[in-house]
Amino acid sequence: MCGVRVMEEFAALLDALVYTTSRNRKLALIVAYLRASPDTDRGWALAALTDGLDFPAVKSSTIRNLMMERVDPVLWALSRDFVGDTAETASLLWPEPEDAERHPDLPLVEVVERLSALTRASAPKELPALFDRLDAKGRYALIKLATGGMRVGVSARLAKTAFAMAFDVAVEEVEEYWHALTPPYAELFAWAADGGAPPDLAHTPRFRPFMLAHPLEDGVVDLADYAAEWKWDGIRVQLVRAGGETRVYSRSGDDISATFPELLDVLPIDAVLDGELLVRGSAQGGEAGGAASFNALQQRLGRKTVSKAMLRDYPAFVRLYDVLLLEGQDWREAPWKSRRATLEALMPRLPESHFDLSQLVEAADFAALAAIRDTARDEAIEGLMLKHRESPYVAGRKVALWYKWKRDPLLVDCVLMYAQRGSGKRSSFYSDYTFGCWDGDPDAGAELLPVGKAYSGFTDEELKKLDRFVRQNTLNKFGPVREVKRELVFEVAFDSVHTSKRHKSGLAMRFPRIHRIRWDKPAHEADRIEGLRALVKD
Amino acid sequence: MTAPPFSWIRPEPWGIHIVPADAWVDPSRPVARALVTHGHADHARGGHGVTVATPATLAIMELRYQTRDGASPAEYGETLDIGGGVTATYLPAGHVLGSAQILLEHAGERVIITGDYKRAPDPTCAPFAVTPCDIFITEATFGLPVFTHPPIAEEIAKLLEARRENPDSSILVGAYALGKAQRVIAELRAAGHTETIWLHGAMEAMCRLYEEHGVALGDLRLVSDAKKEDMRGGIILAPPSALNDRWSRRLPDPVTAMASGWMRVRQRARQRGVELPLVISDHADWNELTRTIAEVNPQETWITHGREEALLRWCELSQRRARALALVGYEDEDD
Repeated sequence: MCGVRVMEEFAALLDALVYTTSRNRKLALIVAYLRASPDTDRGWALAALTDGLDFPAVKSSTIRNLMMERVDPVLWALSRDFVGDTAETASLLWPEPEDAERHPDLPLVEVVERLSALTRASAPKELPALFDRLDAKGRYALIKLATGGMRVGVSARLAKTAFAMAFDVAVEEVEEYWHALTPPYAELFAWAADGGAPPDLAHTPRFRPFMLAHPLEDGVVDLADYAAEWKWDGIRVQLVRAGGETRVYSRSGDDISATFPELLDVLPIDAVLDGELLVRGSAQGGEAGGAASFNALQQRLGRKTVSKAMLRDYPAFVRLYDVLLLEGQDWREAPWKSRRATLEALMPRLPESHFDLSQLVEAADFAALAAIRDTARDEAIEGLMLKHRESPYVAGRKVALWYKWKRDPLLVDCVLMYAQRGSGKRSSFYSDYTFGCWDGDPDAGAELLPVGKAYSGFTDEELKKLDRFVRQNTLNKFGPVREVKRELVFEVAFDSVHTSKRHKSGLAMRFPRIHRIRWDKPAHEADRIEGLRALVKD
Repeated sequence: MTAPPFSWIRPEPWGIHIVPADAWVDPSRPVARALVTHGHADHARGGHGVTVATPATLAIMELRYQTRDGASPAEYGETLDIGGGVTATYLPAGHVLGSAQILLEHAGERVIITGDYKRAPDPTCAPFAVTPCDIFITEATFGLPVFTHPPIAEEIAKLLEARRENPDSSILVGAYALGKAQRVIAELRAAGHTETIWLHGAMEAMCRLYEEHGVALGDLRLVSDAKKEDMRGGIILAPPSALNDRWSRRLPDPVTAMASGWMRVRQRARQRGVELPLVISDHADWNELTRTIAEVNPQETWITHGREEALLRWCELSQRRARALALVGYEDEDD
């Protein structure tokens, strides 16, 4: 089967990607693979690298159960804990049959067909036969393929860039078609690799890549050039209607229409609109702003079916930012000011029940705008957006077109209580930290109650030091979790805090991260729960 | 009145105490009389009154720790009376040059302390000798079933392949300066690689010592004496700590490799920024550990350091008596 790319070569690609840190070398590896492989195999490989595959019959637990039948459970657990990855542990511990007949020339397309045909009942019987045909590397690739989450340091964007480089097409064009197509992307290869016509998607309600903003660090912009809007704390969505059908897409291009059924029959015209999905309420912008906090919206996220009570108690609407397409006309090349005018003219045609317009924030100059932004915390708004009045709508982050100017984070001093071993690149390091605040006066016997968990905000050097602290100050071990002496203070940064029934403290932070490690600060000087509770805006 | 069985040998956190002889095996603090299994720093420390070890280990200790006082050589197979009715016999452990297991006998009871060992062939040292005993005190550095070391020839082939694929770069191999480096060089020579191998300065003296003990290593030169261009297409050996150090900036576009048993686990390699993992270890892997316990077939197995929980579990599953010793200071992150 000369020239045919097979499972073994896909496994080799994954391994090479794991060990390559340079972006350019990663690109070169994927480009070489895509150029040399037949359409079906490379299509599936591309889907795997962009997390576009889902085999519901194979879960991480399926693999674990298979191993439990073959390996002592204690040895499995100790090994899994050390390796930090179920797929890798299983690939190494799989008992190879003595008379193993290796077939590494198994085409990827055949593997995908066999995985797709699996059911929960048949998987435990069928998977072992596949495992037996492969070596440890092949098994690793197979399990990663089946359970998703390659973790080879390749983002979907990088894979698409490699695809564009491999066939000399523009990555923006690839992004255009990407979300309307499904693996193994036959139309995409027919167009890019074989010189065919571009995919015909005129009547498909498909996702267009979002325009994103750079953070405005310390700079100043001229308000003659830039318009300011509030950065609302909901989720960014794209509402698309084409061929009579409406869909809602999240920032990553996931179709979340089923989660928000009330938005599917309210758009009266074909259009592609950019906006913030919010829930009715008063926390953001008061009665005039009319939006509830992110906490309320969270009740609606991630649901596949939505009850009537949910629809009644947490009604969703879209606050519109921009228009990309309208009744057959593509506005993306037009400057922001023209798009804004078009959007404003469109508003009367949209039902107020489900749409409003994101108002511009008017200020005499930048200093005045800064003063307005400083009040944003009270409004439970994330900050300001600054958009160049002449900017076209372009995919991704382009310098100097849009800026996000977030308010400064809130800070609180917490005490480290528990640490958990990380996975992936941080396997074997205690890298996930649970911290708490005092429920009263620590010098009068108050206790710490957990208020949050963070995994980020420290350097690799600090991680090593934290790992050492955890190991040397362990009070108790619970599997991968260690309880530590209440000694180390973290200055934790977070965007907002909300009431929560999930935690004993009754509070949950939004986006907590370690801001500083206060090796110097005694634990009893950390903050109290009551102080944190005073910051709640629900 | 007779003493309970094996009460003459007592594990303490800082070493194994041979009570009637008042001697210690691989103690981590200075003692009057030490029996040392091999020259790695976690086993061999300076400052003892008398150090009993093989001549090669003594030479290594002299080179590394400048300790010559109280050196007392023990040849492989030679039985020494160490007092208190205890004899000690040094047997090859197959770990590095000079490495020994120590067989202790007292009142008809036989105890073996392995130090570190492996069963895979190694051209730079004598092979492990399976010897019957009552108590077998074993290491467990790679005591998890995920650790299986492939035949070294496969890993050396990977290294030579990487060199062929990167003629304009260099391959920088991180390897423990005592044992691993010399084994990698000897295996490269055995695979027909006759060209100059470039060394980090920290490796030079040990390589010379190996050659003096009859291990031929071929043409070796120091990176510090070389021009960058000379090393293009070459293989360079350095201690693991030098891999991501400023030192490596003088090398021509190095591909970073590491020769270590830990390289079996992908994320371990990634954590160290290794691009070419070579699974080469001087310790027994899981299969060697379990096979060795089965072959020696002791009444009881004691486990000194490493992943002892899993090896204990294996002993339990195979109905062998075993216990873990909590020894301090033995760890081999660089192997």
